[in-house]
Amino acid sequence: MKYACLIYDDEKLFDAMPKGEVDAILGEYFALSDELGQSGHLLGGEALMPVSSATVVRVRQGRTSTTDGPYAETKEQLGGFFLIEARDLDEAIRIAARIPSARLGSIEVRPVMEFER
Amino acid sequence: MADPIRDQLDAVYRRESRRVLATLIRLLGDFDLAEEALHDAFRAALEQWPGEGVPDQPRAWLVSAGRFKAIDSLRRRARFDASLTQIADRLYSDSGAGAALDEDVEDDRLRLIFTCCHPALSADAQVALTLREVCDLTTEEIARAFLIPAPTVAQRIVRAKAKIRQAGIPYQVPSRDELPQRIDNVLQVVYLVFNEGYAATSGESLTRHDLCSEAIRLGRLLVELLPDPETLGLLALMLLHESRRPARATADGDLVLLDEQDRGLWNRALIAEGLALVKRIHASRRFGAYSLQAAIAAVHAGAASAAATDWVRIVALYDLLLRADPSPVVELNRGAAVAMRDGPAAGLPLVEALLGRGELQDYPLAHSAHAELCRRLGRNDQARASYLRALELTRQAPQRRFIERRLRELASQPPR
Repeated sequence: MKYACLIYDDEKLFDAMPKGEVDAILGEYFALSDELGQSGHLLGGEALMPVSSATVVRVRQGRTSTTDGPYAETKEQLGGFFLIEARDLDEAIRIAARIPSARLGSIEVRPVMEFER
Repeated sequence: MADPIRDQLDAVYRRESRRVLATLIRLLGDFDLAEEALHDAFRAALEQWPGEGVPDQPRAWLVSAGRFKAIDSLRRRARFDASLTQIADRLYSDSGAGAALDEDVEDDRLRLIFTCCHPALSADAQVALTLREVCDLTTEEIARAFLIPAPTVAQRIVRAKAKIRQAGIPYQVPSRDELPQRIDNVLQVVYLVFNEGYAATSGESLTRHDLCSEAIRLGRLLVELLPDPETLGLLALMLLHESRRPARATADGDLVLLDEQDRGLWNRALIAEGLALVKRIHASRRFGAYSLQAAIAAVHAGAASAAATDWVRIVALYDLLLRADPSPVVELNRGAAVAMRDGPAAGLPLVEALLGRGELQDYPLAHSAHAELCRRLGRNDQARASYLRALELTRQAPQRRFIERRLRELASQPPR
């Protein structure tokens, strides 16, 4: 099955972190994606620029409106995702638990919807 | 008119239906399909056994009948949904799976428990699904036991099954390194069921016996399948608590505290079974939260009266429990045990410090415990205030009557 591991972090936590620690965490991320790539579990994934760079787009009655960044003041923000292939939820949970942000923030594991077309 | 085949079939249903269901879920990979197949299999038995006799291995017969009924039903539905043809064909060619049937059956029952108690499901859903699928309670029975509307229970079960399907919750016994955490979760579900039955949080009666007996049944099943110290501990704990049930309430349904109970009413058979389990845990030399609570219950079970109880040992066990599983409720119980060991004046500061920390402010038993110690020390005003606070927080009728009785007793005493 395909799962999206949505990575939620407190951006302020990263901003306040010494550069050495941030680099160590990034190093862990690179090592994990290399390993998951080699084992065939990783289908894709990206890290996202901070929420402050986000733009929200809506179309209502044919008119496009854009607003600055997410409105809700949540403690954790979507900071990236992995798209993985796993046998079942238990394997997906094992993989999600190894994502560094699982220790700092949280990972939402969501099965991917499959369509027959 | 007696119908021997029907009686036999009923007996087979009681003994085997959950095993057959567990195996069918593994073979068919879907809860709803398996339940339907189970019904079809028993319907086929009802039609065929009177003429052909009861088969030598009724369980294998039922699994095989259920599987073929499921294949038939998938093929019929496949006329509208082509993807079902593949599933039906795969199931048909899997007929070798039937050979390994008997050795796998206990594993199937464990798989069912672990899937129903998967931590990815909400706690409410885990409880409802376990009672429905593992214990075979109806939706209405579960609803009555938890005093919630039947449609709510039905919806929880439907959603849980949908999540199992959509999220890919596996039907398997967890791997060795995940097992301890997952067993904890299963034990928690069982204990939740027991506690809701034993100390119902609301409603007219003190205990809801049906939930207690289901929890004990689950506990026995777990001990049979996974006899580790914590599993034994939970079963022992439940049996020892259940043994006191006949003494916990008066004929009018009023609460009787442990130190005032008529211990002659305690169920000796349950105590013997519980104590034997505690002995087995002792031999294993491994203690966790449940086995320590069972050890505490065992000390009570072996004492002739509250005064004759080995409170030194009980406090020592609470000290261990606080290390194994620290919680304010355990601290409160330890405080009450210290009061029994060294007198209310020694216990009161512990309970007061705990209430001062705030975590137990909304826990009625903490205020009752405080009130009780104040009462014994003759501090009637403080006792009254704490009983009143406990009363505000208590929704359960017998507990409320108990507190009101204490308040009346306090009112009739001359002020000191």
